[in-house]
Amino acid sequence: MSTIRGRLIIIGLLILGSIVSLVPRNVTQRVVDQTTGRMKDTTTRRVPINLGLDLQGGIHLALEVDESKGPVPDCADAIQRAERVVRTRIDEFGTTEPVVQIIGRCRLIVELAGEKDPARAKGVIQRTAFLEFRITDMKNLFQNALPQIDAALRKAGVKSQGAAPSAVSQLFGGDTSTAARDSAADANAPGVLSSLLFQGQLAGEFLVPEEQWAVVDSLIQRPDVKQLIPRSLDLRWGAQVESRGARSYRPLYAVESRPIITGEELQKATARRDPVTNQSVVEFTLSRRGGRKFAEETARHIGDYMAILLDGRVQGQPPVIRSQIGTRGQIELGAKPLQEASDLALVLRAGALPAPLTIVEERSIGPSLGADSIRAGVLAGAVAVGLVILIMVGYYRVSGVLAVAALVLYVLFTLGGLAMFGFTLTLPGLAGFALSIGMAVDANVLIFERIREELAHGKSVRLAVDEGFKHAMSAIVDSNITTVLTAFILYIVGTGPVQGFAVTLIIGIAASMLSAVFVTRTLFLIWLQRRPAMTTLSVG
Amino acid sequence: MIRLFAHANYDFIRLRRWAYGLSAALIVPGVLLMLASGLNYSIEFTGGTEIQIDSVTSGGTAQIRAALEAGGVPGAEIKTYGSANEYVIRARLAAARGAAPASMEETTAAVSRALDAGLGAGNYRIVRTEAVGPKVGRELQEKALLAIFFSFFVTLAYLAVRFEWRFGVAAVIATAHDILATIAFIRYLDLEVSLVVVAAVLTIVGYSLNDTIVIFDRVRENLHKFRRQNLYGILNLSVNETLPRTLLTGGTTIMTALVLAFLAGEVIRPFSLVMAFGIIVGTFSSIYVASPVLLWIESRWPGEDARGARALGARAPTPAPAAPVVPPPVPAR
Repeated sequence: MSTIRGRLIIIGLLILGSIVSLVPRNVTQRVVDQTTGRMKDTTTRRVPINLGLDLQGGIHLALEVDESKGPVPDCADAIQRAERVVRTRIDEFGTTEPVVQIIGRCRLIVELAGEKDPARAKGVIQRTAFLEFRITDMKNLFQNALPQIDAALRKAGVKSQGAAPSAVSQLFGGDTSTAARDSAADANAPGVLSSLLFQGQLAGEFLVPEEQWAVVDSLIQRPDVKQLIPRSLDLRWGAQVESRGARSYRPLYAVESRPIITGEELQKATARRDPVTNQSVVEFTLSRRGGRKFAEETARHIGDYMAILLDGRVQGQPPVIRSQIGTRGQIELGAKPLQEASDLALVLRAGALPAPLTIVEERSIGPSLGADSIRAGVLAGAVAVGLVILIMVGYYRVSGVLAVAALVLYVLFTLGGLAMFGFTLTLPGLAGFALSIGMAVDANVLIFERIREELAHGKSVRLAVDEGFKHAMSAIVDSNITTVLTAFILYIVGTGPVQGFAVTLIIGIAASMLSAVFVTRTLFLIWLQRRPAMTTLSVG
Repeated sequence: MIRLFAHANYDFIRLRRWAYGLSAALIVPGVLLMLASGLNYSIEFTGGTEIQIDSVTSGGTAQIRAALEAGGVPGAEIKTYGSANEYVIRARLAAARGAAPASMEETTAAVSRALDAGLGAGNYRIVRTEAVGPKVGRELQEKALLAIFFSFFVTLAYLAVRFEWRFGVAAVIATAHDILATIAFIRYLDLEVSLVVVAAVLTIVGYSLNDTIVIFDRVRENLHKFRRQNLYGILNLSVNETLPRTLLTGGTTIMTALVLAFLAGEVIRPFSLVMAFGIIVGTFSSIYVASPVLLWIESRWPGEDARGARALGARAPTPAPAAPVVPPPVPAR
């Protein structure tokens, strides 16, 4: 009697523990208020089982430091600093329970559950957001160097782009007339590069016909050309295309290579729409220290033009410095939507990434697909459980009912275990769960078959039950341990969904051992105790 | 009262040559096909971009293909998926022709540009995106191979500790048989090999071992119980004794896998199909591969566990009509 009581107490505690961990509870989440666009804390009631991205929809990104433009000496350090920046950005971006995590040495994982706009999220995460202010080439040093560059290019045998059309200029197509004209002009008017640059409105500004900017870009990237560009200058493209009449031009700026100030000194940034010009504008405030430095520099450059560079692109047309500027300024974004401006303000506030990040893995699942998967998975699971119950009860009768009772506890224990340890349920995990229901009866089948055999050998009911459980144990333990070992390896080596599968399998096996061996045994003990005189056992 | 095969008394082991032939007929062409033309690896392993879209246009795959060709993404695979207007577009990095292999990010961008241009930006909805760069693809490949290797090693070690080595080797050979058969099955159906399918294959390894262990556990017990019986008879007896369990557990599990395959949606279907097939093969191999191989090993390198079997010989040239299978009366305990 005391053993039964002890067993019942243990089972009761397990059931209680599982139920408690599954009770819907209040979960506080930071979400975006749809009306104001601000972050707020909301509290919802839900069953505390974590759903994987493949079930609730969302984005999974793996990012690494971009080394395509030169190696990064210490990627681990860079990724650690990037992690802090990305975390700050994501916290403000407004998804619930974001995951920002360093995996291995140099890889950053970002998971945004329920996010519906992958492109925007990627933009916010990947944007380097390196802001700098540079004075344009007021002394026309670049323009003076142009003849030398043209000469060097001619010497290197570079004809005007019409002679050897690059793949890109072909892509743009339809400019053969220009090309022909240019190569004709090449004969008398030299200047492979200068013929493509039109003087802009301010010192250091050049306009390049849109269809030829790729050619110019490849020219200024050449090492021999780079050498001839004055060392104190850099060439930077404008971010926006300007149209003059029917043609569009892309501005190219020669700017000083020393920034007068960078985004590190930025303290605040807010987006707004200018009611007069109807342009999106990001206003920023510099820190006190930055403001002092800025004031000092601008005082020296009154009358000069100042380019605002974001990630190496010049934003808008460089304004002229009329007077000393203090701590406030603004970046004009033209006709771009306000949301883009607020995203820019967000990344500026969070700070620049130490190095550009490249996406090495991306998975995004729409919420509808996730919901479909849950529905189908739960349906399949329910059908599977129903069929298993039918088979077990039909085949083993009363003992089968005991097994089904154990199976119900198995389902409860598995879900409770998932919730208790905070594991994540994925779609393969859901499949693994349904599958393990089929397997969970295995232990019971082994035991019942064994009891039947012992009964067939003429043993008494009580003895047959004891022997059945005893002899079935070695097979149950051995076979389950191998499955757990395999699942454990899958967990170590696998990624997201596969790990979910492995976890569900391991918990499922633990729960099935517990329910099939311990719970069923207890039920048998109670049954036998109630009917001490029982001579036949309903095992089918 | 239903009692399936309660006193089953089949001479399973006698049919082993037929079983070998059946296995070979299944495995050899499949493995040859795989060696000749490879498997249909998912972009997780090859690197590339896979986009599932829900389109309102009626042009079908032809229209999407035209859009992609025009947008500079040649050679992408386009398939309908689930319902009629859902498509999966798969642009593998390896398949991207051209001088430099385009990066994954560029490929993804090119695909969405091409779709915007060809279908119209508002005419389709991206349901799912998966993009894997070449480096991650290689890593995942390595990890999958590592997982398969480790699971073999660990289960072998476990079996060596728990059983005699002869049992361990027989179980591993049966498991290798299951993996090969499953690969052949994947090749015949041209199923996509993703990480989840690899997980299914490894689960099959676990299940098949599970099944083999149940039979071997009984063999071990019977070897001690019936010391005069030869191994041929012991194997047959053990397979027969565990037959109800084999069928019941195998039945419920296959059924679950099939229910998953048909009800749980397109995403999980390859996994479920591979599981269902693997369970069938795993059950088959426990009876027809593991047991005969054990018999063969025992006849070559007789072991301590099969004392009586050594004396009586592993082969049963005279199929004494099922005589060996009838157990002698149980000695009183």
